[in-house]
Amino acid sequence: MLNLRLYMLQRLTALVMVPLVIGHLAMMIYAIQDGLTVGEILQRTQGSVAWFCFYGLFVVAVSVHGSIGFRVILHEWANLRGRALDLVTLATGIGLLILGSRAVWAVTFAELAS
Amino acid sequence: MTSKDDVLSVSVWRQTDDETGTFQQFDVPRQESQTVLDIVSYIQQNLDSTLTYRFACRVGMCGSCAMMVNGEPRWTCRTHVQKAAVDGKLQIAPLRNLPVIKDLVTDMDPFFDKWTKAEGVHHPSATRHDAIVPVDTTTAQRTIANEGIECINCAICYAACDTVSGNGDYLGPAALQRAWTLVNDERDGGHETVLDAVSQNDGCHNCHSMGSCTHYCPNELNPMKAIAGLKRETAKSWLKW
Ligand code: SF4
Ligand code: SF4
Ligand code: FES
Repeated sequence: MLNLRLYMLQRLTALVMVPLVIGHLAMMIYAIQDGLTVGEILQRTQGSVAWFCFYGLFVVAVSVHGSIGFRVILHEWANLRGRALDLVTLATGIGLLILGSRAVWAVTFAELAS
Repeated sequence: MTSKDDVLSVSVWRQTDDETGTFQQFDVPRQESQTVLDIVSYIQQNLDSTLTYRFACRVGMCGSCAMMVNGEPRWTCRTHVQKAAVDGKLQIAPLRNLPVIKDLVTDMDPFFDKWTKAEGVHHPSATRHDAIVPVDTTTAQRTIANEGIECINCAICYAACDTVSGNGDYLGPAALQRAWTLVNDERDGGHETVLDAVSQNDGCHNCHSMGSCTHYCPNELNPMKAIAGLKRETAKSWLKW
């Protein structure tokens, strides 16, 4: 149920996520030094191509990584297989991608676009 | 007079029909250096001749006597009762992860079919007309190949593997270890074929590297390490591609 391609995708997305998680945590620690406000976060992220790319990449990696991991759990613990398993994997990936992209868009360019 | 220490309380799996079965209780006299296989043989010879089990060599060579002993997969001919019994009790059941034919005998077909599916067969690289090429036994690659060749096909690792329990199609530790041995055998002409076979849906990439196989292998082989080798090699070829 995990072939070489899915395995590699999961490992590579894990590799991508390592620096992103560290960057995210470092930023959190730095940002809350003197309290945390919505305004402060938005000020940093709004209109920022860099943060858009940072979290955009994060969301893509999480969607791929998470859906493959979820696939393994569903297969081994719920005995889901074949086409149903492929469809649920795909749906999970797309679902995560939509949710994540919406959030990234909301804190970067949503206001500016409207 | 027999004391409690002279008798072992043994519960043995008996198949009642195709689907299910139940444990049956026997009291077996203790003897020095008794193995679990001795216990099963005693029951069959003296207490209930309908008990079905499988063995051949009795010296840890043939790999046919594996059973679950107190819930753990063991080669029964080389497992001393003294070590395996808990509080003077022994529970003996057929190997996990395989269909039961009767009592303690499992159907090993799925196990061996997976050896073939993993291309764990010899792929000739020369013909009988070619000169015999000596194998240098000192190379690093030959050392890796040698690590797996003492496998006796007992399916103990297969019974110990939780991934096989969760995914009945997973090729399992023994077949994959054989595949890795072939990939490192210079006489084998099918390295690509083997790597391709273990990269499919139920191949080596499903292993969770928890190591039950290595923990239980009675010959102290290391299928988990072999599978890690397969993952590494297949990943390398994927990146090149
Ligand atoms: S290390 Fe892999 S093959 Fe061995 S028992 Fe665990 S999942 Fe099975
Ligand atoms: S690897 Fe070890 S446990 Fe598995 S079949 Fe071979 S000898 Fe038995
Ligand atoms: S009877 Fe042959 S290995 Fe136990």
